[in-house]
Amino acid sequence: MDLNTIWFLLLGFLIMGYAVLDGFDLGVGALHLLTKGDEERRLSMNSIGPVWDGNEVWLVTAGGALFAAFPHAYATAFSGFYLAFMLLLFALIFRAVALEVRSKEEMPWWRSIWDVSFSISSILATILFGVAVGNLVVGLPIGADMEFQGTFFDLLSPYAVLVGIFTLALFMMHGSIYLYLKTEGDLQAKVKEWIPRTLSFFVIMYILTTIFTLTVYPEMTDNFERFWWVWGVVVLKVLAIANIPRALYLGLPFRAFVSSCCVIAALLLVFGIGVYPNMIVSSLDPAYNLTLYNASSSQKTLTIMFIIALIGMPFVLAYTASIYWIFRGKVKLDKFSY
Amino acid sequence: MFEWLTDVVMLSRIQFALTIMFHYLFPPLTIGLGALLVIMEGMYLKTGNPVYEQMTKFWVKIFALTFGLGVASGIVMEFQFGTNWATYSRFVGDVFGSALAAEGIFAFFLESGFLAILVFGWNKVGPKMHFFSTIMVFLGSIFSAVWIVVANSWMQTPAGFHIMGYDEAGNSFPLEMPFVYDPGALDGVMPRAEITSFWEMVLNPSSVVRILHTVVGCFVLASFVVMSVCGYYIVKGRHLEMSKRCFAIALAFGAFWSVVQPFLGHLSAEIVAEHQPAKLAAFEGLYQTEEYSPLYLFGIPNTAEERVDFGVKIPGMLSFLVHGSFQEPVAGLDQFPQEDWPPVFISFTSYHIMVGLGMYFIGITLLALYLLWRGTLFETKWLLWVFVFSVLLPYLANHTGWIAAEVGRQPWLVYGILRTEHGFSKAVGPEAVLGSLVLFMLIYALLFFMYVYLLDRKIRSGPEDFVHTPVSKTPKGPEDVVEAATRRGPGRGHLAGDKEE
Repeated sequence: MDLNTIWFLLLGFLIMGYAVLDGFDLGVGALHLLTKGDEERRLSMNSIGPVWDGNEVWLVTAGGALFAAFPHAYATAFSGFYLAFMLLLFALIFRAVALEVRSKEEMPWWRSIWDVSFSISSILATILFGVAVGNLVVGLPIGADMEFQGTFFDLLSPYAVLVGIFTLALFMMHGSIYLYLKTEGDLQAKVKEWIPRTLSFFVIMYILTTIFTLTVYPEMTDNFERFWWVWGVVVLKVLAIANIPRALYLGLPFRAFVSSCCVIAALLLVFGIGVYPNMIVSSLDPAYNLTLYNASSSQKTLTIMFIIALIGMPFVLAYTASIYWIFRGKVKLDKFSY
Repeated sequence: MFEWLTDVVMLSRIQFALTIMFHYLFPPLTIGLGALLVIMEGMYLKTGNPVYEQMTKFWVKIFALTFGLGVASGIVMEFQFGTNWATYSRFVGDVFGSALAAEGIFAFFLESGFLAILVFGWNKVGPKMHFFSTIMVFLGSIFSAVWIVVANSWMQTPAGFHIMGYDEAGNSFPLEMPFVYDPGALDGVMPRAEITSFWEMVLNPSSVVRILHTVVGCFVLASFVVMSVCGYYIVKGRHLEMSKRCFAIALAFGAFWSVVQPFLGHLSAEIVAEHQPAKLAAFEGLYQTEEYSPLYLFGIPNTAEERVDFGVKIPGMLSFLVHGSFQEPVAGLDQFPQEDWPPVFISFTSYHIMVGLGMYFIGITLLALYLLWRGTLFETKWLLWVFVFSVLLPYLANHTGWIAAEVGRQPWLVYGILRTEHGFSKAVGPEAVLGSLVLFMLIYALLFFMYVYLLDRKIRSGPEDFVHTPVSKTPKGPEDVVEAATRRGPGRGHLAGDKEE
């Protein structure tokens, strides 16, 4: 395995970490307005209170890693998706600020404004992530100079929008299971009623997206012959989806949550295999595709970055695990809460 | 007059300046306050005196609010190189990107992970583990400063790299040095900087001194914020016991670093003189190269006439500072083609404001230290009022310092190699940047007023005046909660403070 492939995998790992972890934060945000009353809203926000910030670091680090390992992909994607990225940044700003300031004032209008901001920004950010992924399948008008030649509306193809809604369904399911795990009493009973709906929404969107992909973009499965084990991932993914209602029925919500994490990881893995070795597909000419070879940094930088990752990632995993361990259990409001 | 509205380079520069300056309202406070929190909480663990716990908890709240805004505005920075400076990103990603990625892996995870314990974990972990988390958050913020200043210093004094050219067939070959990026002469070859030595890149000529100068600037800023708030409480007669101790800690800390700072600044200027002589000439308003090069204390640079108007200067002083001899000339702007000059007025003015404020910080903190030693500081109301309002000045000093550093680097993005006008994103039109710029202005204005409002509210409501003895275990059962509640005497810290009067 060469360094370019290792970095493709490491980047995939960072994105997976982000999707699994911040996925439930965004899902909780998307469902936030379904909670009623100030206490429920505070519980909803505080369920992710100590962890959302660390979860978002996975995104920032993935951005840094993309810049360092694949600077052309970073430059092309971010300048090409300019307005979409700006919207994403504004959504992430509002989400962070909403969490931080919502409960710092008593006025009901103040809290309502930030509740709505929190929820809308979570929904918007989620859909935009999905649209970005969808566009990587569809391909972008990229010229020989690696520059994007389209407009904002080129990004809103039906398939990209479908993947955006699919991502929303995925994170809503993930978030509802997380919230069920972290809450108790009345709120938990309420969340329990949401799960069948978020789960059905997800399953419907999953089937639609799969059918659309297989009929319009069959090349996404071209690599399946080479990497035959992907079939195993696909089967496990379907089993993990099926395990969610089963585990919930058996009263084992943590297993349902783990299954949901596995579903997200498997979806990204299958996506990664589907596009490999391309990073950004050109809709103008396959010769203009940005691949993990022509978009990458020098071998020297990839080596240095790999050493940095080897030193840093064990610490990252250790902090992440300890924070989740320290803040395990049901969310309780105290005077340090949001 | 309005042609910049359609100039994507100018709009992107304005947007970068706006977003980085807004962002930089927050990290200097969290970096400096991190250090002060380590001292405060360390004192609490050492002495067990609840007043240190009270001040730690109060400042953690301010820290958390500031950190939140820092995170929100910081995400923008990580992506803006790609959105607005794509050509730059392609050119330097191999070198610059690795410093940014290292910041994410080494600093951001550390900070954000332990921040959760610092803010939310008072009842979840023991006091020692909490203190450890405070130290880790502080270290994380230092690491973050280290890597981002390394990245920026590489743009100022690039080292440890060579320039490779890539032709259309994907073949690569080294290009001749010294290399200057010229889009007209590329001839189908895409050049980019690639690392030859990681450590030479990291330890480029200016990084170490600039890291120290930046971090010390943050320490001074945070100490003035703490002194401002505590000074306000003291003149208002509130939370006296906490405020006096807290003021004294911040004063000692701030005075020490204020005194250290000019030495670091001088070292930094020496490096500028050696590696970025045009930038130094702009800082000093030195248009002509001549013997006994003067140091201007004040003045208004007049680039059209190539002289400094209303200038007060010390002849020969600049020669002495740079070369150690009053006579030896320092290179003036006349040594460089005019297209390589930085904007002199902004560089000169911001640099001089920074230096002047640095002198003010030394003077006022040493005066206050003297009065503290005499035991009359907390009765000297006028001086405390001066401290209450001086809080704005270190913000100004940190910002003008960075303006001098970044404007002084112009017209280069990477000094001597890539011009700012060539670094922008070709895929992005001016209308898109104008749109995002206007939105950033609106959103940041909103966030700014909200931050100031919430900060003001927190300061007015003040620390919680309660005292409880050091806890050996975290409250778990209902009995413990009741016990903890009864231990809390209402306003005892406050009364204890009043008794001293």
